[in-house]
Amino acid sequence: MTASGPAAMPAYDVVLDERGRLCPLPVIALARAAAADPAARVLLLADDPAAETDVPAWCALRQRTLAWAGDAPDGRGRAYVVSPPLPEP
Amino acid sequence: MGHYRRVVAHAQSTAPGTPDDASGARPDAPAGYLDAASTAPLHPAARAALLAALDQGWADPSRRYHQARRARLLLDAARETVAGVLGARPDEVSFPTSGTQAVQLGLAGLVRGRERVGRRVLASAVEHSSVLHAATALVGAEARTLRVDGLGRLDLAAAGAELGEPGVALLALQSANHEVGTRQPVDDAAALARAHGVPLLVDAAQSVGREPLPRDWSVLAASAHKWGGPAGVGVLAVRTGVRWRSPSPEGAAELGRVPGFVDVPMIVAAAAALEAAEAERVAESARLSALVDRLRSRVPALVPDTVVLGDPVDRLPHLVTFSFLYVDGEALLGDLDRAGFAVSSGSSCVADSLQPSHVLAAMGALTQGNLRVSLPVGAAAADVDRFLEVLPGVVARVRAELGADGL
Repeated sequence: MTASGPAAMPAYDVVLDERGRLCPLPVIALARAAAADPAARVLLLADDPAAETDVPAWCALRQRTLAWAGDAPDGRGRAYVVSPPLPEP
Repeated sequence: MGHYRRVVAHAQSTAPGTPDDASGARPDAPAGYLDAASTAPLHPAARAALLAALDQGWADPSRRYHQARRARLLLDAARETVAGVLGARPDEVSFPTSGTQAVQLGLAGLVRGRERVGRRVLASAVEHSSVLHAATALVGAEARTLRVDGLGRLDLAAAGAELGEPGVALLALQSANHEVGTRQPVDDAAALARAHGVPLLVDAAQSVGREPLPRDWSVLAASAHKWGGPAGVGVLAVRTGVRWRSPSPEGAAELGRVPGFVDVPMIVAAAAALEAAEAERVAESARLSALVDRLRSRVPALVPDTVVLGDPVDRLPHLVTFSFLYVDGEALLGDLDRAGFAVSSGSSCVADSLQPSHVLAAMGALTQGNLRVSLPVGAAAADVDRFLEVLPGVVARVRAELGADGL
């Protein structure tokens, strides 16, 4: 993952702005959103440095796909788009 | 050696708590202390040797009177003891004032010795921060980190590619990782480095007194307080023939390698602790390794969403690290402290910098709810059992406070 992301940010259904909240809260918010709507594509915004490692690690543990990671569109923190495990129909 | 032998023998005969009972646990081991990788409690033999050497070894060993000769004899004998354990010649071994100073002097001296070749320092991405900081801070040097795999082990192909580039001053590699316990392929890295004519600095801080040590290195650094010696004593070993030039001003003590006055009593205590650790090492490491195996198998069975980190087999005998999903590392440490357990964490909330451990990040490991258990020599099996009883409830409580149940 490069600083700006190799490609344009993909579409998403839900936005979680977890900026200003520290580990493990952003990942817990991500897990809650995934539990509430397992089919949703979630955009997580976070500036906690631990998210850089823990979002991909959570995706691996919960069989989700980290579809995209890069700088947040407004330049504050990082953005992660997390998709359901299977390709959508 | 005779005088040192008397000081140490007297120290060992009068040290409390040294005889082991059948369990291998030592009565003087502090209950619930499971953070030996940060620092080990002073070995009773070291305490007794220190007191004796404070009386006998206070003089300046470089002088020419009888008090000085007595200090010199003690220092020489301590050096022989430590050199024997390291598989080094006594004149290859010096005692800086910390493991960090050993790393800094070792690294800076190699870079000075390689000035004509280049100033790039290669280090695995999971080296102790003292190595990475020394490499980064060294004036004129250029630090480059080498990637590791998911277990925290150096990628030898990446090392080989970097060693093949021009301008490499040295390669730094730990014997085993201080956070997850994974052993590094030091012999393979040494062969690679030699093939490229590059010296190898090995940080053996976590291995000395715990497991057999690598023999193939140019410079080795270690730290006495990790093996049950006092703080304030490091080890810097420089192989004969290695191009190492002291970065200190002229007149340095300790065979020209260390600045400042040498602390003979502390060094004698460090050597006595190492001698005691070596005497019990094989049996004690096997006992502790079995306790680590029990932790590695029981914790994920007792605590849902646990990640066990590091190599399960090719690892330090006394250390294991877990990450618990949806857990705040600081709350975890606080609750365990209240339950009587001293452990450490690489989670970002525990660090002053609010950055997660660079080791965990380099491995791509989960960093939240991180918990390192490192067993001191003499740790009681009953402590490990009680830890296994307490831990599931502590993790569940922290998760409940965060509203993370059932996620």
